[in-house]
Amino acid sequence: MSSIAVPRQRERNVLAAAFGFVRYHVLTVYSLLFFAYLLLPIAIVVVFSFNHPVGKFNFTWQGFTWDNWRYWDGIPGIRGAIILSLEIALIASVIATALGTAIALALVRYGFRGRATTNILIFLPLSTPEIVLGASLLTLFLNLNVVFGFWTILIAHIMFCISFAVVTVKARLVGFDRHLEEAAMDLGANEWTTFRKVTLPLTAPAILAALLLCFAISIDDFVVTYFNSGSSVTFPLFVWGAARIGAPPQVNVIGTAIFVVALTAMLANVVFQRRREVRA
Amino acid sequence: MAVEERIEQSPERAAEPSGTPDVRLERVTKRFDDVVAVDDLSLEIERGSFFALLGPSGCGKTTTLRMIGGFEEPSAGVIYLGDHEVSGTPPYKRDVNTVFQSYALFPHLSIFENVAFGLRRKGTRGGNLKGKVEEMLDLVQLSGYGRRKPRQLSGGQQQRVALARALVNSPRVLLLDEPLGALDLKLRKEMQLFIKRLQHDVGITFIHVTHDQEEAMTMADRIAVMNRGKIEQLGGPDDLYERPQTAFVAGFLGISNLLTGEVSGRDTVRLGDGTTIRVRADALDGRSGRVAVGIRPEKIRPDDQDPNALQGVVRERAYIGVSTQYIVETRYGNVTVVVLNDRPGSIPHSPGDHLTLSWDPEATFILDPMEEPA
Ligand SMILES: Nc1ncnc2c1ncn2[C@@H]1O[C@H](COP(=O)(O)OP(=O)(O)O)[C@@H](O)[C@H]1O
Ligand SMILES: [Mg+2]
Repeated sequence: MSSIAVPRQRERNVLAAAFGFVRYHVLTVYSLLFFAYLLLPIAIVVVFSFNHPVGKFNFTWQGFTWDNWRYWDGIPGIRGAIILSLEIALIASVIATALGTAIALALVRYGFRGRATTNILIFLPLSTPEIVLGASLLTLFLNLNVVFGFWTILIAHIMFCISFAVVTVKARLVGFDRHLEEAAMDLGANEWTTFRKVTLPLTAPAILAALLLCFAISIDDFVVTYFNSGSSVTFPLFVWGAARIGAPPQVNVIGTAIFVVALTAMLANVVFQRRREVRA
Repeated sequence: MAVEERIEQSPERAAEPSGTPDVRLERVTKRFDDVVAVDDLSLEIERGSFFALLGPSGCGKTTTLRMIGGFEEPSAGVIYLGDHEVSGTPPYKRDVNTVFQSYALFPHLSIFENVAFGLRRKGTRGGNLKGKVEEMLDLVQLSGYGRRKPRQLSGGQQQRVALARALVNSPRVLLLDEPLGALDLKLRKEMQLFIKRLQHDVGITFIHVTHDQEEAMTMADRIAVMNRGKIEQLGGPDDLYERPQTAFVAGFLGISNLLTGEVSGRDTVRLGDGTTIRVRADALDGRSGRVAVGIRPEKIRPDDQDPNALQGVVRERAYIGVSTQYIVETRYGNVTVVVLNDRPGSIPHSPGDHLTLSWDPEATFILDPMEEPA
């Protein structure tokens, strides 16, 4: 090494270190800002569920209280709205997942006339604006002369959930080795046993994911529900109605509760998958 | 090993007359839209034999196997398992098991449950089930692996689980579709011998599909060479290698030198420049007109000790270790010669050397002449 090369080398090292410092810290700051942006609204919802508001609005911090949680159904109508939302979400997600799984199986497994068309049709509800979906369902129900309420909401929710279920389950089936089912049949399992012993267990994670996804989409749907609910009120409709005349902190309580449940389900899923991988 | 006792023959199979072939295909054709995958193929596979279907990729081997297994139905023709016609019988009612190329082990089940899968379907339970599965795992040298999951095993071990899972059902026929394709060369060689020994021990008919001629010759008693959905030739490994009947078979099983000429006698062929060479009379089999005389490279000697002789100049030389391969230019084109390096010392011939080549008439085979490129 010559004597001139040494300072140069050092200079370059300093530059590289500076660059590394900036790169490292800019990334950190950027990430922190990003998460703040993402999480701040949720944090505010949670914090204000413990607020003790004066008057109708829950916008300024007045003092800490457990009352909102203790009297979570202290506003007329909120209890019925929550129950209706849970019922709809539960039934809709189960039916949509069952139907969606069947459709996904048919689409991946069997060549039939119109398979390509079906594949495209499945994506339509995913790409159609919800407002259009809601309005056209309204027109349909009006033409059929049905009574608006529980059933119209349920039918609407099943309809837009199916597509999500199909897409979720299909993704899993596409990567599924068809020879596994042939191997089962080769070893003496008929179609039904093959489905029970091989297809279903291997698709179960995707079916569970579809179920959770449908539940989550259904329970917070506003637009489509608004068009087709008649006089029934789901939780999102209730919140919207309440927000016009005030903002009761109980809304924050329910919002926080849903968030916690969703977070728990997600973490449980991650842990479960990890354990499966470790064990397998 | 007294494995024969472990593999129980089904009463139905034991009652068949001993000469009944285990598998018989009668004029079987399979079309996929406008592709003819298998073309009017007839075949009989003797009980207890190790049979190989050999051919290039896309020649219809897998399709043939899948029709025997029940995963595809023939477009025409009939398939018999023993004396039963099996058209329309689903795979789970056929007395046949398959080792898939991808192994297709059930990823969610343990090795034990993978092997037990077929037995459970037949209602085997408890100690009987455990005993049979463990015996089978022992046979494929995997005892103690029962509690693991397939992906915790190496490729070679998975391969043996696939074998055990199929064989534990003591099927009439075991189908193997390129079972060694995913293994590296060394392991593949080991598994070839392992499977051959296994077949010998259990005495079940094996049908083995491969595109590797060495693998087929190492393992099988009888080989059907397939090309474009048809069987080109069926015979023992030595038949196919020493006496190929078509240029395709000759080429697929190794290098061969072909000299074109005119039949000039019961056991002689006259080449283009008037040189007469002697050939095997039974290979000529009363033919006349133009024929191609084939000689394998290792049957040609680099001296004049044998009756048929030819002059040439060495053009290329490739040292392979166990042997040396020469390309020798002669009046009839380039001739490939392989000489075993079985003497200590240097390689005797160099490019540019003049050389006399000779071979025994018994070492020749006769083919239809190839269309000469215009
Ligand atoms: N399910 C199928 N649909 C359409 N064509 C097929 C199907 N299976 C096989 N083929 C065609 O049949 C021919 C033979 O295929 P295959 O039996 O897989 O050959 P190999 O196993 O000898 O490589 C190929 O041309 C292949 O493209
Ligand atoms: Mg194949």
